[in-house]
Amino acid sequence: MKITLTVNDQVYTRECAPSKNLLHFLREDIGLTGTKEGCGAGECGACTVIMDGKAVNACLVLAAEANGAQIRTVEGEAKDGILSPLQQKFMEHHAVQCGFCTPGMLMSLRELLERNAKPGEHEIKQAIEGNFCRCTGYQQIIEAVLDLTGQLEHKGELRHV
Amino acid sequence: MYDQIDQKDLSFVGHDVPRIDAIEKLTGEAAYVSDMILPGMLHAAVKRSPHARARIVRIDTSKAMALPGVRSIVIGDELDYRIGLYVVDKYILAREEVRHYGEAVAAVAADTLIIAKEAVRLIEVEYEPLPAVLAPLDAINIDDPAKPGKAPLVHPKLGEYDHVRNAFTPQPGTNVANYTKFRKGDIDKGFAEADWIVERQYTNPSVQHVPMETHVAIVQWQAGDRITIWTSAQSPYAVRNLFCHSFKIPHKNVRVIIPYIGGGFGGKAGIGIEPLVACLSRKAGGRPVKLQATREEEFSLLPCRSALTYRIKTGVRKDGKIVAQKMTMYWDSGAYADYAVNVTRASGYSCTGPYEIPNAWVDAYTIYTNKPYGTAYRGFGHVEFSWGLERQMDLAARTIGMDPLEFRRLNTLKPGSVTLTGERITEHTGNVTKCIEEAARGIHYGKLTKEEAARQKKTGWKIGKSVAGLQKAPAMPPFTGTAIFLKMNEDGTATANVSLTDMGQGTYTSLAQMLAERLRMPVENIKIAFECDTDRDPYDWQTVASKGLLIAGNAAILAADDLLANAYDMAGQILRALPCDLDHDGKGVFVRHNHEKKISFAEMAAGYAYPDGNGIGGPLVGVGRYIAQGLTNLDKATGQGNPALDWTYGAHGLVAEINEETGEYNILKVCSVFDVGKAINPAEVRGQAVGGMIQGLGTACCEGYIYDAEGRLLNPSFTDNKIFTAMDLPEVIESAVVETAQLDGPFGARGVGEHSMIGVCAALGNAILQVTGAELTHMPIRFEDVWRALQTKQSPDAWIVKSPVKHL
Repeated sequence: MKITLTVNDQVYTRECAPSKNLLHFLREDIGLTGTKEGCGAGECGACTVIMDGKAVNACLVLAAEANGAQIRTVEGEAKDGILSPLQQKFMEHHAVQCGFCTPGMLMSLRELLERNAKPGEHEIKQAIEGNFCRCTGYQQIIEAVLDLTGQLEHKGELRHV
Repeated sequence: MYDQIDQKDLSFVGHDVPRIDAIEKLTGEAAYVSDMILPGMLHAAVKRSPHARARIVRIDTSKAMALPGVRSIVIGDELDYRIGLYVVDKYILAREEVRHYGEAVAAVAADTLIIAKEAVRLIEVEYEPLPAVLAPLDAINIDDPAKPGKAPLVHPKLGEYDHVRNAFTPQPGTNVANYTKFRKGDIDKGFAEADWIVERQYTNPSVQHVPMETHVAIVQWQAGDRITIWTSAQSPYAVRNLFCHSFKIPHKNVRVIIPYIGGGFGGKAGIGIEPLVACLSRKAGGRPVKLQATREEEFSLLPCRSALTYRIKTGVRKDGKIVAQKMTMYWDSGAYADYAVNVTRASGYSCTGPYEIPNAWVDAYTIYTNKPYGTAYRGFGHVEFSWGLERQMDLAARTIGMDPLEFRRLNTLKPGSVTLTGERITEHTGNVTKCIEEAARGIHYGKLTKEEAARQKKTGWKIGKSVAGLQKAPAMPPFTGTAIFLKMNEDGTATANVSLTDMGQGTYTSLAQMLAERLRMPVENIKIAFECDTDRDPYDWQTVASKGLLIAGNAAILAADDLLANAYDMAGQILRALPCDLDHDGKGVFVRHNHEKKISFAEMAAGYAYPDGNGIGGPLVGVGRYIAQGLTNLDKATGQGNPALDWTYGAHGLVAEINEETGEYNILKVCSVFDVGKAINPAEVRGQAVGGMIQGLGTACCEGYIYDAEGRLLNPSFTDNKIFTAMDLPEVIESAVVETAQLDGPFGARGVGEHSMIGVCAALGNAILQVTGAELTHMPIRFEDVWRALQTKQSPDAWIVKSPVKHL
């Protein structure tokens, strides 16, 4: 079947097997490999993309279901080679380690920030609850978002004692 | 490599420099092996055993082979190659017999993954199920593990297997893959001297590493046995060496390339699926083949952390001094030895913890069972034994009526103390007492704050606090080394090639900071090349053991010094000055007494050219080589020797609130303190401290393999084997460091990557115990486990085997 969707403001039309999921369509048919596969079962959130304004696990959406949809992926986050403010805060706060969960994490947070410009700590945690990160322990990610939204009271630090 | 330099005089070291790999990871541009597609690439899938132990009667691949698009199928009978790190005990695919649930018996490469999976379904395997041995204590003769027991042998040919003889002792005719022992002092005299003796058994299950990127490899086996391996692995040279050893192929023919890695945690430390993928490629006429483990396969086809059952018997004097301790550890290796034999050895020499115990006796066994096999896992055995050891410290302290914190302070290793293997601790080794004290201060140990008291009153949930000490040294051969190539670029920036990998732990950024400090140029001017390539990058043993920062850091300093020596040599000729009169800044070399006389690194990068075209010097490079100094193998009879590159000490303080009716608990605060020698990049140290703590709490609270009675893994998914999410975080997380300089560490630093996992599990158990009396001896601590322990309220008297009090 033929499907057409808009990814990061670019229109793509491709032949696609009805059984193909959106994740594999993005990675294999369009070549956008920023979105990762961590489990293929909707449990880890590594494949999170924004579909028509909502964060979804791309492994649980058929590409055919996304026909006509507006998709945003990590590749759309930086503009003209400049990191978005969210990405910059991730860098400043060391919110990245292995980087494999990072694209999905950014998309969950992007969706959150678009519906809530000043999310509290609990709302940030809820937004990324479905995004597993085995490296960071989440703390520096949460601080990055609090800082971005002007809510970080104390910069997290390593105390020297 | 340590020069005492004040932090105020350091421009890059000791600063929160952003990660050098942040941009490509934040934009999704960093290419992992799972993202790679090569021309003509085939996709592979694996047929796995549904049995824990069975004879393979017949494998019929004819229907699978007939499926259009299938290019190669391999089964065990045709692959007579064994692989193994320390004991060479594993075939690439099971031959004659499967030894664990999920073991690979056949594999397919096809045009698409869908075809490969369909072909796997069409492969018919007839099994004759055999009795499996699932528990380590059932697998051995418990009275004398050196003698045969009643259980079937997982490896009847154990005596024929090659193994690393100076470190490991398999027991042929038994299921013991390795036996390691340690003897210090006089154990009988020690127990005789003790007023109190407590003895208890502890257990931990197997757990899964959960790297977000599952194991994945692409291998191309071309004509003339020229092989290229792209793999998500921690140690390029270990993959190459083990691969060549198995296939008897010259090392020069095999090229291992490792780009960005989506997490490792020890699970990718050695060799994994690469040999199998190689065989599929060879049989498919040299086309590249890609195999990526599914998440389910990550749990059972690939290795896990070994389960552990252990007994600790501790003798204590009335004054609180530990005088004797006997520990017997039964490591459940699963079907293959892999790293588990070395986990046994390394945790053995460390298992007295950060405490001085004058008379100690340790017997540690690695035991084969018919389960998925164990491998390295962040902490390398220390998380596992620390659980029981630190629970035991609380038991001993409470038994003699001493505060557990005071008990620990009294018994910690201090300058002059002697470790289990006979190493004398100095004032430079690190300061565990201070770590423990600072962790206690961090949680307001021994009292409730006003807020905590109010909270306890309001909720009715009791608030408990505890502190656990910890320590770990790198588990590595005594002669572990690495090399770094440093190259000056034509514009005066510099690029370094290393084979240590950065799988997220951040070592590359720290190396860049050290190079920047030495070269006196901004970190932005230095690149550590991601994508390790054994054809181009110099040797590194493995990226494991929290040794990378120290060993590669020293090599980086030596590489910078070597490059600078070459630069000074060239500059001396150009500037007509003695090298001893030269100095450098980030741009180039100048004469110390005449700064106008200078020559830039850029002008010397390719070798210097005079105006008339004459050239001198040659391209500006530096080589740094470093090898661990002064370490020894351990005596096999006593375990005595010097195995420790460095000891990183630390402590975890934890505050939990517990509902005594239901067994539910919340973790309110965790405070970690490590003596890192020098925090090269404090923000990255904090990342390791927090990340490891949360990984540790996952294993403390909810993670663990569950098997049915036939040895089938019941929970190979994130639905049934939960890991911590952002919603599970403790309310407050604090990280601190002590900096007692390591005299042979780069800028005084020692590693801390694994240590952050170690103490939190026992700290949680002890905090729950402190206010509820719930005695927990098994990890993880689920709410139902707390509830059960609260129902039984077992008296600590049950574990007292010697007491000065008559009625006992």
